[in-house]
Amino acid sequence: MKSVIIGCGRVGATLAENLEAEGHQVVILDVSTAAFDRLPANFRGAAIRGDGTDEDVLRRAGAEDADLFLALTEGDNRNVMAAQLAAEALGAKLVVAKINDPVRAEAYADLGIATLCRTNLMVDAVRRYLGLSRLHEEGVREATGHHPGGDHHAEPQSAAVGES
Amino acid sequence: MFVIVVGGGKVGYYLTKELIQSSHEVVLLEKDRGRASQIADEIGSVVIARDGCEGKNLAEAGCNRADIVAAVTGDDEDNLVICQMSKHHFSVPRTIARVNNPKNEELFRHLGVDEIISPTRMILGAVEQDIPVHELLHLAAFEGGELELIEAKLLGDSPAVGRAPRDLDIPQGCSLFALIRDGAAMPLRPDTTLQEGDKVIAIGPTECQDILHTQLIGGEGVAAGA
Repeated sequence: MKSVIIGCGRVGATLAENLEAEGHQVVILDVSTAAFDRLPANFRGAAIRGDGTDEDVLRRAGAEDADLFLALTEGDNRNVMAAQLAAEALGAKLVVAKINDPVRAEAYADLGIATLCRTNLMVDAVRRYLGLSRLHEEGVREATGHHPGGDHHAEPQSAAVGES
Repeated sequence: MFVIVVGGGKVGYYLTKELIQSSHEVVLLEKDRGRASQIADEIGSVVIARDGCEGKNLAEAGCNRADIVAAVTGDDEDNLVICQMSKHHFSVPRTIARVNNPKNEELFRHLGVDEIISPTRMILGAVEQDIPVHELLHLAAFEGGELELIEAKLLGDSPAVGRAPRDLDIPQGCSLFALIRDGAAMPLRPDTTLQEGDKVIAIGPTECQDILHTQLIGGEGVAAGA
């Protein structure tokens, strides 16, 4: 499975390591080469310095027709834009964007991007620990619609990558 | 009209000011508090010191009754999200985005942004119009550099357009011998009328290049022939 990850933070680097160890082809991008220090020394995937919201950079990194595209940078909007570039312009099959603003996370799920909202995840984790009820769906929120005018019609395919 | 401007840089600031002057209702969202209060001091209480990318802040600014949202921050990804949130979440009829990377124009249009303004593209257009790129193109040198083979592309302002080689003041020892027109090569005869877009292939002594330039390209030739 060809996987492209934007943002080599803790989550991005860990997923890159996991996926690569499980035999997938992994390309990870970050604007800072220092971020690649989070990758293990024996990481055999490609680590490329570049802006994941720049179509030219993504093409050069070989992001076209990726089976999996994960936008995990610190910026919600960067993730949104990279994810939509991947889905609409580069033909990526399964696209997930980390969007920490719950309003934006919900809006973009409706626009065809599977979203991951750290705010909701942590709120629920704390509530669960306190014995309170869960307020949000668990894990990645599936795309609930597709972009009007967009070519990309999200299909639930999360089984392809296992548990999120 | 009720306009929400997001981004209080130079563009957002002057845009807001002009809109107020033309008596529109305006709200400016600028996330930097210092910058926001500086603008508020100058143009009044239309400034909200909040991040316009956040859904909650757009709602508080009155996005659901806005006629137009103009996203003019310096970051393309922010402008895209502001427009998409306005359009799809708040049903704003008209969204305008500033785009810095001209490559993003197509994506933004595809994703439903109504109006896309690319200063980079505009300046690029102006640069390409204004800089004369019509120079003699040196193709090869012969006789130890004594003779040069050149190509001259004739633009609309070339003095050679509409004339034939025999009407031009071509120095001794120079030969205008071939022509590329519409991608096809043909011999250039003394009576061939030259057209705009033609590429003239010529050979001549190096010291005659200025005269050829004047005759074929126009403009300031150093040694304009009599």
